Amino acid sequence: MMAEPTSTTDVWVSGTEAPEVSEWMVAGTDEGAQEMERDETIERGVEQRGARVVDDWVVDDTVDDEERMIVNMGPQHPSTHGVLRLNIELEGEIVRRVKPIIGYLHTGMEKTAETLTYLQGGTNVTRMDYLAPLQNELCYSLAVEKLLGVEIPPRAQAIRILMTELNRVSSHLVATATNGMDIGALSMMMYGFRERELILAFFEKTTGLRMNHNYIRPGGVAADLPDGWEEDVAEILERIPRAMADYEDLLKENPIWIGRTRGVGIITADECLAYGVTGPTLRAAGVPWDLRKAQPYSGIEAYDFDVVTGSRGDVYDRYRVRIGEMHQSLRIVEQVAAAMPRGDYKTGDRKVSPPPRQRIDESMEALIHHFKIYTEGFKVPAGETYVAIEAPRGELGCYLVSDGSGAPLRMHTRAPSFSNLQALPIMMADSLVADTVACIASLDPVMGDVDR
Amino acid sequence: MAHLTAPPQLLTTTLGKAMRWSQQQSMWPATFGLACCAIEMMATGTAHNDLARFGMEVFRASPRQADLMVVAGRVSQKMAPVLRQVYDQMADPKWVISMGACASTGGMFNNYALVQGVDQIVPVDVYVPGCPPGPQSLMHGILTLQDKVMSGELAR
Repeated sequence: MMAEPTSTTDVWVSGTEAPEVSEWMVAGTDEGAQEMERDETIERGVEQRGARVVDDWVVDDTVDDEERMIVNMGPQHPSTHGVLRLNIELEGEIVRRVKPIIGYLHTGMEKTAETLTYLQGGTNVTRMDYLAPLQNELCYSLAVEKLLGVEIPPRAQAIRILMTELNRVSSHLVATATNGMDIGALSMMMYGFRERELILAFFEKTTGLRMNHNYIRPGGVAADLPDGWEEDVAEILERIPRAMADYEDLLKENPIWIGRTRGVGIITADECLAYGVTGPTLRAAGVPWDLRKAQPYSGIEAYDFDVVTGSRGDVYDRYRVRIGEMHQSLRIVEQVAAAMPRGDYKTGDRKVSPPPRQRIDESMEALIHHFKIYTEGFKVPAGETYVAIEAPRGELGCYLVSDGSGAPLRMHTRAPSFSNLQALPIMMADSLVADTVACIASLDPVMGDVDR
Repeated sequence: MAHLTAPPQLLTTTLGKAMRWSQQQSMWPATFGLACCAIEMMATGTAHNDLARFGMEVFRASPRQADLMVVAGRVSQKMAPVLRQVYDQMADPKWVISMGACASTGGMFNNYALVQGVDQIVPVDVYVPGCPPGPQSLMHGILTLQDKVMSGELAR
């Protein structure tokens, strides 16, 4: 663990005489050569955080040093789901310790958010977790709306639920597909992406883009659903369950799949809670925690669905939970589509949403109004808020501070992938090196979400 | 339909043309997925869009076996040396496609964290616009590269 710099003289200014390299500088600057954390520091850190978990591995000094090896994996590796880098300490074939190194996709999005108006902010957050862009937009919009105190019309809320639940399906499809590919079930990759195209086609029709939609905005959604959306949703509801039955045939009782995933990468419920792990990983460990039930948002409490849980907390259970969640999400989509309310798709509050298009043609004031909203943006009352929703990977939170101007003073995202990634060392300790990719894939980390 | 009386099956060409043709027809990309564009790159390679039609579906995990680097996504300052190292490890002849707005120019992120265009680090042959570019755009970029290789403009 990196010690705090003791005095300002520890900071070296370029051009001056280089100081003696103290311990904290080594730790802070050179990750590659950095030693794995010593056990007593881990112990201390665990106690400080109040996160004591059962770690049954003790350093065995009798093992020959020749047997110990630190292997670097990534950041350019086909199975690390982006640019994750792992330092893996091996004893022969057994993984003893793992250290994830992140930041290879750090985009400075939280800083960028401070330079964008509230209306533009959606373009930024949607690119964080790029497999669940609509969830990011929803979370951000809910936070802005909470500060604004505006009321969202029922149709907008229903559209938001429809789109985010479809997005959950498409995200879990990618998770299952890549999980399959990493373990060697290549056909799963082909199937998963095939069905995802169906949902993406609907997204493209509705939002104009396949990904990074900026569709859900503070005040409602950007546009109404397109004509004929009922048929598209009906087709999705018909084809995806049928395709999922194929996946079940392919994987559910496949002895190779079970052999590679059963009992692999186990994490217990206590460990999940200690490390802030949420989403399918937590539910696969047997905790029925779903923010859609615990803290309902956008009127999701009106729909009927179950929280899918596992019992063992291994890779197989996580796969089962994702498949189950896809079914539940489609259940929600079916109910939303059947009971889609009529009305406006964005709030009537003219402080937030621009005047209708036809008013702009006939009224100079409406034109000015429209121009002001899109250039200056609307002002949000000073204050701070935290809103969390259930993204496909877990609790996605948005902490927003406003100083009363047209852009946030600070925006922070509680990224589910980031918290879940902390659990990787627990999951992989004492497992075989071949199970590494299975563990990573089952966590389904999106590095854009981790690094932002 | 081989006939005993058929004329000798000969084809005359120039060495350069034959080389360009073979370079063009089996260009193996290195997997270099970074961000959102990587997902679209995966979508391009899988069933629905099927990059295999253009002889490019063999995404190689090792840069040593790859001819083409598709820089798919935003390149952070921390990733830049890694990217350059992967490029250096690729064997000649090699090409680079910059996929998406972030890789080409930094995109909407004009800040401290991102390299403002991957062409600051590696020579780029084809830029594919979009955020992210759809599979069709990427395929168009790849076909453009193939055309340019065949015409000799980008032949190595």
